[in-house]
Amino acid sequence: MSGIRVLVGTKKGAFLLTSNAERREWAVDGPHFGGWEIYHIAGSPVDPNRLYASQSSGWFGQIIQRSDDGGRTWEPVGNQFVYQGETGTHQWYDGTPHPWEFKRVWHLEPSLHDPDTVYAGVEDAAIFRSTDGARTWTELPGLRQHSTGSRWQPGAGGMCLHTILLDPVDPKRIYVAISAAGAFRTDDGGETWRPINQGLRSEFLPDQEAEVGHCVHRIAMHPSRPNVLFMQKHWDVMRSDDAGDSWREVSGNLPVDFGFPIAVHAHEPETIYVVPIKSDSEHFPPEGKLRVYRSRTGGTEWEALTKGLPQSDCYVNILRDAMAVDRLDECGIYFGTSGGQVYVSPNGGDDWQCIVHDLPPVLSVEVQTLP
Amino acid sequence: MIRVILPAHLRTLARVGGEVSLAVPAPITIRSVLDELEGRYPMLLGTIRDGVTGERRPFLRFFVCSEDWSHGAEDRALPAAICDGTEPLIVLGAIAGG
Repeated sequence: MSGIRVLVGTKKGAFLLTSNAERREWAVDGPHFGGWEIYHIAGSPVDPNRLYASQSSGWFGQIIQRSDDGGRTWEPVGNQFVYQGETGTHQWYDGTPHPWEFKRVWHLEPSLHDPDTVYAGVEDAAIFRSTDGARTWTELPGLRQHSTGSRWQPGAGGMCLHTILLDPVDPKRIYVAISAAGAFRTDDGGETWRPINQGLRSEFLPDQEAEVGHCVHRIAMHPSRPNVLFMQKHWDVMRSDDAGDSWREVSGNLPVDFGFPIAVHAHEPETIYVVPIKSDSEHFPPEGKLRVYRSRTGGTEWEALTKGLPQSDCYVNILRDAMAVDRLDECGIYFGTSGGQVYVSPNGGDDWQCIVHDLPPVLSVEVQTLP
Repeated sequence: MIRVILPAHLRTLARVGGEVSLAVPAPITIRSVLDELEGRYPMLLGTIRDGVTGERRPFLRFFVCSEDWSHGAEDRALPAAICDGTEPLIVLGAIAGG
């Protein structure tokens, strides 16, 4: 019988939540790395026992942990993230040049084909790759050294590369997203990159349709249709049907189109999920009601999903990497909150239950569907 | 033997219970002690000193016989009380955060 393992990164450690395919009874294992910020944990699609975790601290810097037994034991591996070549500058918050400085790993994306290959998205924005199980890391410098790089500027959370999507059909195509530079794509395995932000509009920019500078919060893709991308931008939910060459808004009837995560149903490529947040100045759900919104039409037409979610006095946030789906026949949807709750819907969003109530603030949620 | 006291998080990371004892060849300085420490416990690389520049991480301090040796003293000979193990070299994390 299949099982589920939810990998939860929090501000004070990592937690592994496990259940069978029913997804009603859960075991909570943790904290691992107690007291450290765990920005992300991810499992290899080809070896579910191979996990990678980004562990960091303002005191002690960056650690990468690796498990080869599904999270029972962990081994610290390589933590040297060195920018290649001339480091250069990006724009600081006040518009002055600021040198690139490594701060932490926001996101780990294991290869679709090789358990020893994993990508890391870091702050200040850059992408690194390891091909030896995270022992050593090499930057793919073409992204950071893009001609627009000196104009990139951090968002409020830092200038982070937070999204990495690997094309399951074309192994040389990778999408990334950076706050607040925008989305970028490589078609040559990471040698060269180009901005893919045409159609995005951001009111905080002097040129609202600029080539770069958009605060993209998250991009999602269904593996069966890698040219179709969904984006939760700072404001606006967007869609591209041409691999990011152009975008159109699909916010439709959402009560508010600000938010952080966006996810795609495992078996329905036109069914997508977002969690609207009141505004960029008030990071909590509108009206104190925690509502996931689902579109079965690839955007524009949305329905609120509320059954089992708090509908009064709820003022949590859901961060960009804190929503995921499983691949069971009846697709499960998961998200974690800044209040330390992790919710699951075992039936595509119709009904929700809280797996665990009182974890530290949740930074990331990933789901493994185990054989 | 040189005795080193680490912050709790680094003791956990290095999987050591209490103090660390190190045999350090002369000259015995903060730099040579940390070189030996990182050689014995490679998981500590980058956690006390920046892995590239070798600079002390800003929220850590080095205490030597009740004195703060955090600034510019990496290559100064450590006192006899440290070298003979009477006193520990203390690596201290700032008291801050939530």
